[in-house]
Amino acid sequence: MKKALLTFAAISALVSATAARAEDVKIGIVLGFTGPQESIMPGVAQAAETALKEVNDSGKFLDGKKLVPVRGDSTCVDAAAATATAERLVRSENVVALMTDCSPVSTAILNGVSIPNGVPQLSPSASSPALSTIDDHGLFFRTSASDARAGQVLADVIKSKGYGSVAITYTNNDYGKGYADALSAAFKELGGKVTVSVPHEDGKADYSAEVATLSAAGGDALIVLGLADQGGLGVIKASVEQGAFKVFGLGDGMYSDAVLKAVGKDMTGSFGIYPSAEGEGNDAFAKVAAAAGFEPEKAYRGQSYDAAALMVLAMAKGGKADRATIAANMLDVANAPGDKILPGELGKALDILKKGGDIDYVGATNVELIGPGEAAGSYLEYEVTDSKFKPVGTR
Amino acid sequence: MVDGFLNAAVLFANFVLVPGIAYGAQLALGALGITLIFGILRFGNFAHGDLMALGTAVTILVTWWLQAHGVSLGPLPTALLALPIGVAAAVAVALVSDRLVFRYYRVTRATPVTFMIASVGVMFVLNGAVRFIIGVDDQNFADGTRFLITANGFREMTGLAEGLAIRSTQVLTLIVAIVAVAALFWFLQKTVTGKAMRAFSDNENLARLSGIEPGVIVAYAWIIAATLATLAGVLYGLDKSFKPFTYFQLLMPMFAAAIVGGIGQPVGAIVGGFLVAFSEVGLTYAYKKLLAYVVPDSWASDGLIQLIATDYKFSISFVILVLTLLARPTGLFKGKVI
Repeated sequence: MKKALLTFAAISALVSATAARAEDVKIGIVLGFTGPQESIMPGVAQAAETALKEVNDSGKFLDGKKLVPVRGDSTCVDAAAATATAERLVRSENVVALMTDCSPVSTAILNGVSIPNGVPQLSPSASSPALSTIDDHGLFFRTSASDARAGQVLADVIKSKGYGSVAITYTNNDYGKGYADALSAAFKELGGKVTVSVPHEDGKADYSAEVATLSAAGGDALIVLGLADQGGLGVIKASVEQGAFKVFGLGDGMYSDAVLKAVGKDMTGSFGIYPSAEGEGNDAFAKVAAAAGFEPEKAYRGQSYDAAALMVLAMAKGGKADRATIAANMLDVANAPGDKILPGELGKALDILKKGGDIDYVGATNVELIGPGEAAGSYLEYEVTDSKFKPVGTR
Repeated sequence: MVDGFLNAAVLFANFVLVPGIAYGAQLALGALGITLIFGILRFGNFAHGDLMALGTAVTILVTWWLQAHGVSLGPLPTALLALPIGVAAAVAVALVSDRLVFRYYRVTRATPVTFMIASVGVMFVLNGAVRFIIGVDDQNFADGTRFLITANGFREMTGLAEGLAIRSTQVLTLIVAIVAVAALFWFLQKTVTGKAMRAFSDNENLARLSGIEPGVIVAYAWIIAATLATLAGVLYGLDKSFKPFTYFQLLMPMFAAAIVGGIGQPVGAIVGGFLVAFSEVGLTYAYKKLLAYVVPDSWASDGLIQLIATDYKFSISFVILVLTLLARPTGLFKGKVI
C-alpha cells in the first residue's frame, strides 16, 4: 500500500511537472551531430540556441512563454535514421517546428514527417536545387541559397572576367554534381562554352589522369567545384605541376587558406565566390557570437541563428505558438516592409510585433526569402593576389 | 607540321609517358614483393599493401623528426635518410607476423587458400595499426627540389606551345627502382642464398633434400619483400601523397601486375608493373588535343577521344587480371598458376 501511494505521488508529481511546462514551446533541432558533418554541426546548433536564449532572456515572447530547443541527430546522410528522429520529436516532444540540415535528409524529413503532420521545416544549410521545386505544401523554408543560384553567380563572374570557354571539375557527390549542372546551364545561357565537365573522387593520391582529360578538352580557365582539403586541391596542384591551366575559378568549398598555402603564387589571378553577407547584420552577429562564446565565421552559423529567429518572430507575428502560424507568417517577417531587425535585436522586434507593427528581419545573412521560401543568397566575389583572397564585391 | 609533331610528342610525354614510367616503377617494386612471397611461400599476400603503408608511415615519422632537428639533404628529399629505419620497421613487422601467424600454417602444411585468408587477417591488423600510428589523413612529407623541369620553364626553353614537367621524385623513383632491381637480380643469380631461394621456389622438397634450410629462405623472402614494399611506398608517397586508404587500394594494381607478368617471376613483375601503369594512364587519356596537333584541322573531333572515363581507372586492373586468368593463367613469363 505504501508503495502504491508512493508511486501515485511520484506520478502526480510528474504530471504536475509536465503541466508546469505546458507553456514551453519546443523547437526540434535535427542536425548531423554524427556523420560527415559532425565537426560543423555542434556550432550550428549552438547558433540556433543562442537566438532562442536571446528571446527567452528578453521575456517578451507571447507573454513570457519559454522556448526550449530539443536536439536530435540527422546523421546528414541516413534518411531512415533522420526521419525516425524527426518523427519522435514531432510526436512525443510535440515540437512546433523542425530545423534540419543536409539536403538528402531534409527532403526525407519533409516528405515523411513535416508534410503529413503539417510541421514547418527550416534549413540553414540544405542547398540542393531540387528543394526549390519540391511540392512542400508551404512548409519548407531555408536560409541557405540554392546551388542553382551559386551556379548563376559564378557564371556571371566568369563572363565578367572575359573567359569564353571553361573546363569544369566537381567533387563526385550531390553537391558537386548539382553545382556543376547549374553552372554549365547558366554559363551556356550567357553564351559561354563548357568544354568538359569531369567529376573527381575525393581522397585519392593522384589526380594526373583527371587533369590530363581536362587539359585535353582545354578552356580559358578551370572551374573547380570541390573541397579545399580534398580532391579540389589535388586537381589544382596537379594542373599547376603539369602546366595544364593557369587560371582557376573556385566554388565556395574551395575558399580556404589551405589552397593558397599549398599552391602559392601560381594561384595569382584565380577567382571565386563564397556565400557571405557583409554589412551591419554580419557585424551585429559577430558581437552576439562573441557574447555567446562561439566563432561567427564558421559554416552555416549565421544561417542557423537566422532560421531560429525567423521561427520565433513568425509565431510572435501571428500571436500563437503553433505550427500553422509559423508557416503562414514566415515570409512576412523575413521580407520588407517593416523595421529592419539585426542580430541581438530580437527583443526589440518582439516589442514591435506586439504593438501590431511590421518588421523586416535582416539577421546575420541579409535574409531575403524569395520564391518558395529560400534565401536569395548573396555571394562575395574574390580574386587571388599576392597569395591572398582579395574581395572584389558582393553579388 | 614539324612543330605540330613536336608539340604532340611533348604533350604525350607530359601526360602519359613520364607519369606512366614513374607509376610503373612504383607498381613494379610492389609487385616484386608479392611475386617473391608467392614464389617462396606459395600464397598471395594480401597484407602487402598495408605493409607498404606501415613502412612508409614509420619513414614519414622519422622524416618529420629529422626535419624538426633541421636535418636536410639539400635538393634531395629528407625521407631518403629516414628510409633505412622505415625499412627496418617493415622487416621487423613482416618477420613477427611470419613468426606469429604464417609459421603455424607452414608447420601444419595448410593449403594456399588458408594462407591467403590468414594474410587478410594480418592485413586488417596492419591496417588498424597504421591508422593508430599516423591517422587516416593525407600526409605530405616531400621536401627538397620539387621539379627538375617545370612546364613553364620547358615552354620558355624550347618555344613550344606545350610544356613538359618532370618532377625530381619521378627521376628519383626510376633511379631507386633500377638500383633495387639490379641488386635483387644480382642477389638471386649470383649469391648462394639467392640460388637457394630460386631452388626452393622451383621445387621445395628437392631443395630441402639438398640441405637448404627452409626457415632461412623464408626469412630472406620476408626481408626482401618488406624492403621492396617500403621502397615502393615511400617513392609513391613522395611522388604523390601518403594516405593509408590509397595504399590499401594499390594492392589491386600490384596483384594485377604480378599475375599478368607471371606470378613467381621477378622479370614478369617488372614488365607487369609497367603494363598495368601504362594501361591505366593510356586508356583514360583523352587524345583530342594530341590528334589536333598531328591531323589536318578538318579531321579534328569535338569529342574527347577518350577510351574510358577517368572514374573507371580502377577497373582497368580488374580487367587485366580477369583477361590474364582466362587467356593465359601463367602470365607472360610462364609463372605459376594460382
